[in-house]
Amino acid sequence: MKQLLQLLEDDATLTTAQLAALSGMSEEEAKTAVARYEKDKIILGYKAIVDWDRTEREAVTALIEVQVTPQRGNGFDRVAERIYQYDEVESVYLMSGAFDLTVIISGRTLKEVATFVSQKLSTLEGVTSTATHFILKKYKEKHLIFPAREEQEERFVLE
Amino acid sequence: MNYDQLLCGRVKAIPPSGIRKYFDLLQGMEGGISLGIGEPDFQTPWHIRDAGIYSLEKGFTKYTPNAGLSDLRRAVSAYLRRRFGLEYAPIGQILLTVGGSEGLDLTLRCIIEPGDEVIIPTPSFVCYGPLTSMYHGTPVYVETRAENEFRLTAGELRAAITPRTKALVLPFPCNPTGGIMGREDLEAIAEVLRGTNILVISDEIYAELTYGQRHVSIASIPGMYERTVVVNGFSKAYSMTGWRLGYVCGPKELIGAMTKLHQYGIMSAPTTSQYAAIEAMNNGDGDIEAMREEYDGRRRFLVDGFRSLGLDCFEPRGAFYTFPCIRSTGLTSVEFCDRFLAAEKVAVIPGSAFGPGGEGFVRACYAASMKDLDEALRRLERFLNTLK
Repeated sequence: MKQLLQLLEDDATLTTAQLAALSGMSEEEAKTAVARYEKDKIILGYKAIVDWDRTEREAVTALIEVQVTPQRGNGFDRVAERIYQYDEVESVYLMSGAFDLTVIISGRTLKEVATFVSQKLSTLEGVTSTATHFILKKYKEKHLIFPAREEQEERFVLE
Repeated sequence: MNYDQLLCGRVKAIPPSGIRKYFDLLQGMEGGISLGIGEPDFQTPWHIRDAGIYSLEKGFTKYTPNAGLSDLRRAVSAYLRRRFGLEYAPIGQILLTVGGSEGLDLTLRCIIEPGDEVIIPTPSFVCYGPLTSMYHGTPVYVETRAENEFRLTAGELRAAITPRTKALVLPFPCNPTGGIMGREDLEAIAEVLRGTNILVISDEIYAELTYGQRHVSIASIPGMYERTVVVNGFSKAYSMTGWRLGYVCGPKELIGAMTKLHQYGIMSAPTTSQYAAIEAMNNGDGDIEAMREEYDGRRRFLVDGFRSLGLDCFEPRGAFYTFPCIRSTGLTSVEFCDRFLAAEKVAVIPGSAFGPGGEGFVRACYAASMKDLDEALRRLERFLNTLK
């Protein structure tokens, strides 16, 4: 039987009754457990994965490699915090390897993203360099595939 | 041309499927939900598809040996030993077929003489009777009952046997009831059959989809191996319906005869599918577990849903169907399905389509998304309220 967290990570729209049936818990138990996960911030939130390319709205996403000077006492955390406070910033990860932070930015236009990087991100104290990579096409996100997928013709099945 | 005169009487006598019209009706409906089709809703796992693609890239596009690729027969042999404790030799005892359906067809064709009787427990998959009739045999239907969890009992079997009985079809885990036969149930059946010359045709296509207990093959029961043909395939376990690949295993005398017929009618099962199937057999156990776990959750959800709406629902322990009883509505199963579809655009299948014993039940397949199952239950609640 699957764990509640796994079930919700796969499909956050499951109802309490569905979660209960899928996890083998009673509805009451499932409800309590989810409430506890939310309270403990083990579940941070619930969001839809949107393919903006299929809408009228323009959307640009960029992945930015950031090098920073770690600070005495709190390492990279303080710089990371100053970066993630911006609404434009979708995700921030501390990395191993050639650079320190991956920052994912989404904006309406290329210019909006470029302005953010040049005026806000690269001027932050502690940030020593940035390299911006614009995302050209999304194929898959969070296990979901962005479709141009063709459906097979369905055949009536005897059984 | 007089086509009516051209067609043979046995084909004309096969009744039209009692299922088809629900799909025809549903086709034209906006927002319809089908719990009708008995097909996995998963895609074939990628590594299996990839193995098929790779075989095409390498140019493996010719016939295979009639009985199937020897690597695949070895893989099937190892799989049957690993999963069900069955011993079948890759050479002589295993034949790869175009789906489990061909295996059933071949078995019946190889054994039936005019007037021979084939015992068929019902409600069950719709092909056994018409195929038996096609080969001049007589289907003998035995109703299984909800109070027996839709298992075939030794008493029912004994009562159906006559001197003309040639074979028993054993369709477990069962479509449409979800009933399964445990070791003790099979021991009792075996007790009746040992010492007879009756062949068991064990349709085990849903063998990997059991919940709470592992499938037991009747071929593993003492004294049954030599009188059993096991029919299985890749469609349900690995979500490979469109690949059309199954297999049949049994005593070499029977498999040899079937292979002879298979080489005239089919030549060999699809080559690409066979290469993909090697990957499925060798590295697919994890896929089976993942899909079964998913089905199991949906099964509990749908059964709980029916029960909370006041419908009696036997707990299905195999396949991916629920078989709730709708007698409390006062409708026949056809009336129920017609009206439910017309009122709420949800297709379920009347139990009566699956032979004697199916009246009073409907089949709902849970190989559907949670969203659809949830919505179907909401609509069912609304529909049931209009009947009160």
